[in-house]
Amino acid sequence: MRRTVPAAFLVLSLGLTAACGDGDSGTKADSSAKGPITIWLSNNKEELAWGKAMVEAWNGQHADQKITAQELPAGKSSEEVIGAAITAGNAPCLIFNTAPAAVPQFEKQGGLVALDDFDGAADYIKQRTGAAADQYKSPDGKFYQLPWKSNPVMIFYNKEILAKAGVDSENPPLSTYDDFLATARKIKSSGVAPAAIYPAPSSEFFQSWFDYYPLFAAETGGKQLVENGKAQFGSPEGLRVAEFWKKLYDEGLAPKEKYNGDSFADGKAAMAIVGPWAIAVYGQKVKWGAAPVPTSAGKPAAEVKTFSDAKNVAMYSACKNRATAWEVLKFATSKEQDGALLDATGQMPLRADLPSTYPDYFAKNPAYQTFAEQAGRTVEVPNVPNSITIWQTFRDAYSESVIFGKRPVADALGDAAKKVDGLAGQR
Amino acid sequence: MTVHLTRGTQPRPGHRRVTALLGRHPVGLALMAPYAAYLLLVFAYPFGFAVWMSFHDYFFAAPGAQVERPFVGLENYRTVLGDPGVRQAFGNILVFLLINVPLTAALALTLAVALNQAIRGRTFLRVAYYVPYVTASVAVVGVWLFLFSSDGLVNTLLGPLAPDPSWLVNETLAMPLIAVFVAWKQLGFFILLYLAALQNVPKELYESAAVDGAGAWQRFRSVTVPAVRPATTLVVIVATVTGANLFTEPYLLTGGGGPNGASTSPVLLMYQRGLEQGAPDVAAAIGVLLVVGVVALSMINRRLLERS
Repeated sequence: MRRTVPAAFLVLSLGLTAACGDGDSGTKADSSAKGPITIWLSNNKEELAWGKAMVEAWNGQHADQKITAQELPAGKSSEEVIGAAITAGNAPCLIFNTAPAAVPQFEKQGGLVALDDFDGAADYIKQRTGAAADQYKSPDGKFYQLPWKSNPVMIFYNKEILAKAGVDSENPPLSTYDDFLATARKIKSSGVAPAAIYPAPSSEFFQSWFDYYPLFAAETGGKQLVENGKAQFGSPEGLRVAEFWKKLYDEGLAPKEKYNGDSFADGKAAMAIVGPWAIAVYGQKVKWGAAPVPTSAGKPAAEVKTFSDAKNVAMYSACKNRATAWEVLKFATSKEQDGALLDATGQMPLRADLPSTYPDYFAKNPAYQTFAEQAGRTVEVPNVPNSITIWQTFRDAYSESVIFGKRPVADALGDAAKKVDGLAGQR
Repeated sequence: MTVHLTRGTQPRPGHRRVTALLGRHPVGLALMAPYAAYLLLVFAYPFGFAVWMSFHDYFFAAPGAQVERPFVGLENYRTVLGDPGVRQAFGNILVFLLINVPLTAALALTLAVALNQAIRGRTFLRVAYYVPYVTASVAVVGVWLFLFSSDGLVNTLLGPLAPDPSWLVNETLAMPLIAVFVAWKQLGFFILLYLAALQNVPKELYESAAVDGAGAWQRFRSVTVPAVRPATTLVVIVATVTGANLFTEPYLLTGGGGPNGASTSPVLLMYQRGLEQGAPDVAAAIGVLLVVGVVALSMINRRLLERS
């Protein structure tokens, strides 16, 4: 009896599992259906305010197709929450916070609607975003996400700390690796800040977007981490970037321990890699300046590319009233709404010729002009199968060799590149 | 009386069939049913599902999505066992258990014995040990970050004796530190188990041991330890099971299993593979291996502790 009861439980549960293993309900929605829809917004305060205003504007004109807006439910990450909602079949029609790196996975889950299903959608996306839109196409050539807004990352520096360290705080030498290292050494040796720069040295897959990847984009002139199914970070340019970061860690210019707080705001680091959101966050607290990320040869600022840190909008397959969702998507990314988003959040709508589209805004807010110019030269994460696994594989090799120096950089990244080639080639 | 007994031993044929089907106490079955249903739904079914997943090419899909989930035999297990990261995580958790479980049992028993005496502030101390157990891990981790970061309180006190690299970024010290943290955090619960067990130790045993000339240490070793052995078995098994499920501490205290994977636990890997990377089949294989390992460890523990 003592053995038969657990065995019976197991057999019964396996039976239930087998019975439920293929429980597809077969629901299909019509891309011409109209009616009320639900959308999820990021819980960022400024973005939420924009979203509510946008919803109000839409609802005022469409009594029969009202939007219900909700904040993204809390979870360890947005991607985890969205993945669970896809599986449960209760994802909303639109999520205005879809990370491009998660799109291949959501697509594999059958959770996304190809926007090309709607008349003129591909043209609309290309017209709005320009040539950069191609980075957001999936391997099957379709758009499963609408490029929405970017936060092109740059080097933010604290002018007061730099001045105290004896560095020219108006035009700090940060364009080449040698200049950057010399500036970092001056800051550290002067003792005015414990760290020259303090990117999170932790192991999460996305951390490389804010240390290695922007510099990789700049050094390679705009290559993605994976192109044509092959890892690109094992190239001489990729290794140069890794060796540059290794020097910063080896010399203690960038700490290996995670800071629990905002190291830049707290004056623990003289520099940070951030997007335009930082202007509102640090504007009053720190006397800041911004510079493009460094390259080994010091490319002119107008040629330096960087990581976009974009968030997009995707339509989810649980959506019934897809025609309404598509109309809302166009409405929310219209010139007027993009302008409102820029005004409320300082984040850059993914539009071609951003500075000339909103000249008044940039005349009134010159601090954002640099980021707007940089927004035209951004590189996205690659839209490839196993995207997150690829980033985690890269991060593990980077931690091992660059941050903790346990293996030579070329060996660790070379091995990771082989793994990534295999992962990117899978379906 | 005799008549009653005779009737009782020779039930009617219908009654016999009921007894054969439902046992001698059918009401007991009814009372057990809610828990059995809970067990089936919350433990057995998910576990069975996990075992099923681990033998298939499985990923989470939207309802209505046409996906294939073919049987792949031991492929997921081959992937898991061939992954150095997984092997490192299992090694890490073994280090954790080797430190955490004996430390938990030893400290909990020692403190329970102390708190069982008529000492000043006994109630306060009992509550004080229990508070970390009921406090959210996230909050307590914050305190330990303050204590053990490079420029934290502990390193300030240690001065030149502070380890380099510091605790949380030291590959040798990170996992032992987590083991100590978890032992400290859960101590209150295990002290409570031992305190309950100590209430049942007859005072006469201590008195006769004292009459025989046993000192305090001998009384502890020869009376207390054997008397609370069933509680020790429980403490060791519960500490092993909860320890093997380690997640929050490496996730928060060492920034996602760092440094360089030195504090990655199998459950953290399951989260990464299953939820972040969309490979729940591989995560399920890790989970099944973990269950097998924990059951084996628990059985060894039980054998060793109940040997005498």
